[in-house]
Amino acid sequence: MPTATSTRSPSQPVLKTPSQIHRARVWFRSHLILLVGIVVLGYMFLPVFVVVALSFNEPKSRLTYTFDKFTFNNWLHPCQVGDMCTAVGTSLKIGILATIGATLIGTLMAFAIVRHRFRGRAVTNLLVFLPMASPEVVMGSSLLTLFVAAKFPLGFWTILIAHIMFCISFVVVTVKARLAGLDPRLEQAAMDLYADEWQTFRRITLPLVMPGIVSAALLAFSLSFDDFIVTNFNSGSTVTFPMFVWGAAQRGIPPQVNVIGTAMFLFALTLVLISQLLGARRRRRLG
Amino acid sequence: MAQAESVGGDLQLVHLTKMFATFTAVDDLNLVIPKGSFFALLGPSGCGKTTTLRMVAGLEEPTSGQIMIGEKDISFERPYRRPVNTVFQSYALFPHLDIFENVAFGLRRRKVKEVKSQVEAILSLVELDGFARRMPAQLSGGQQQRVALARALINKPEVLLLDEPLGALDLKLRRQMQIELKRIQVEVGITFVHVTHDQEEAMTMADTIAVMNGGKVEQMGSPTELYENPRTTFVANFLGQSNLISGKVFERSDDLGVELYGNRIRVPRSRTSSNSDSLWVGVRPEKINITLADRPIPAANVIPGVVTDASYIGVSTQYLVKTAWSEELMVFEQNLLNSGARPGDSVNLSWDPAHTFALDANQDVDAGVEVPEADS
Repeated sequence: MPTATSTRSPSQPVLKTPSQIHRARVWFRSHLILLVGIVVLGYMFLPVFVVVALSFNEPKSRLTYTFDKFTFNNWLHPCQVGDMCTAVGTSLKIGILATIGATLIGTLMAFAIVRHRFRGRAVTNLLVFLPMASPEVVMGSSLLTLFVAAKFPLGFWTILIAHIMFCISFVVVTVKARLAGLDPRLEQAAMDLYADEWQTFRRITLPLVMPGIVSAALLAFSLSFDDFIVTNFNSGSTVTFPMFVWGAAQRGIPPQVNVIGTAMFLFALTLVLISQLLGARRRRRLG
Repeated sequence: MAQAESVGGDLQLVHLTKMFATFTAVDDLNLVIPKGSFFALLGPSGCGKTTTLRMVAGLEEPTSGQIMIGEKDISFERPYRRPVNTVFQSYALFPHLDIFENVAFGLRRRKVKEVKSQVEAILSLVELDGFARRMPAQLSGGQQQRVALARALINKPEVLLLDEPLGALDLKLRRQMQIELKRIQVEVGITFVHVTHDQEEAMTMADTIAVMNGGKVEQMGSPTELYENPRTTFVANFLGQSNLISGKVFERSDDLGVELYGNRIRVPRSRTSSNSDSLWVGVRPEKINITLADRPIPAANVIPGVVTDASYIGVSTQYLVKTAWSEELMVFEQNLLNSGARPGDSVNLSWDPAHTFALDANQDVDAGVEVPEADS
């Protein structure tokens, strides 16, 4: 309709004509998904924004959760609070070791499950999901029972063993998905072109599965770094960062916790951005 | 890792057998493929041709039998120790390596010097100069196909295996690549073993074709030999189309006299592959003359019939003619000699005795009749 253009002259009546109502409806319908999307994203990111904001907060007392005064002090002196930085160090150490252990074992398991036909393969395939499906409280307490029964001293090593255990399943599932999409003919072609088994693995299989292994490792690290329940059961006197936060929350969370949280968030964001950029560059090369 | 020392010689398959859990894919296969020839293994899917190829490549282990190149037994050699390279059906180009590195892969594994000049030379042979730094996904199907070919050829194998190499290309490109492949084979002089289910592709390129069915070779020979003188109903039906009519021998002299439901015709002895008195008498549809009943008959072997269908398809007109015993025979008439036959007309079908062949009647008359392939 010629009258239904977006340029509105002052002489146009304020009263909405049926066509205007219709247009509003069409607009609403076509933008509904966008609106819902914005609401959902806001819902997801609100806690992150709160953490970022509170990292610049200078609270009046330890018990306030309100934003009182802006300061860079928390960022300049993150280790001011008691043993927080020790706890962060412990978490990082466990996270890195658990990532290495779980990625190694999980990747090997994924290869075995996808590439080899052995007795009990289907059962293994199913059981791999069990640690993912069972409640953490159950796993944590049963591990504790085991460690105590075996007279294994609780601490750094029991946490590490527990973390590797629950990370393996996630690694297996992630690497398996990547490996299943790998055409076995590529490896046959490599063998046909004079590459022995090791060269085939090194030149063809590993580079092509690498993206899956990297994302599995990242997932394992984040699972390990923020685990509380299983860790709490098996930590003895060792304190990880999530346990420190939990303990501190009883007395009022120091704002430096938010600094660590924000720093972790920024670190993760940087990683994601880098991988996206690399991916985009690769896609451009691949056409 | 060095390529097996040049052994040179024919590729020989001796009593080669491959059994899987439930069936025998390749059944006591004996073949000699002369050095430097373009050889095609032709057959429907499941006939064992790909399994044969994979055993030669070393990707499948024979259950029994031998694979020899010249004097050297390679039956159980690891794939990377065989002087054999493969062009895979879906090309299997390495997606994370560029064209140069894909083609150089075999040379690098064998630590060959002067990689760059060799890669450039082979890329120019397959007319892909200037594509060295592209990634496989940036190339069209035909270009990828040529990279796969270059990647295999650069290693100068004794035998090049091609597993349905043109299956993924569209018809026009396939025709073009058929000519290209033939040109390259002549140029490099390497033995090509080409597996296909497309009879036209096999006939266009190969010097020798082995028609496979049920794990065995039905017949082997040049394209002309197979087409003109098939020895089994399977070959008669799988390569082109054939009219097969049941007949009884009534006379044996310089040639055979055979009676087809009361019509007496002659068949040359050289084109009869059975000593039995019961035969399938065959003639190709394009060899038959179709003439209206009241016109002179141009050839000696004659069968009368009634036209039931005529379809004009440009280069020829295809007729279905019903005989007195209700068999429908197929006739292709070039659109040059116009008989003017229409459905319902009484006609005489006639052909030269030299164009007749005879097969043992103890065979399924419909063996090898083309069924649409599920996997192509």
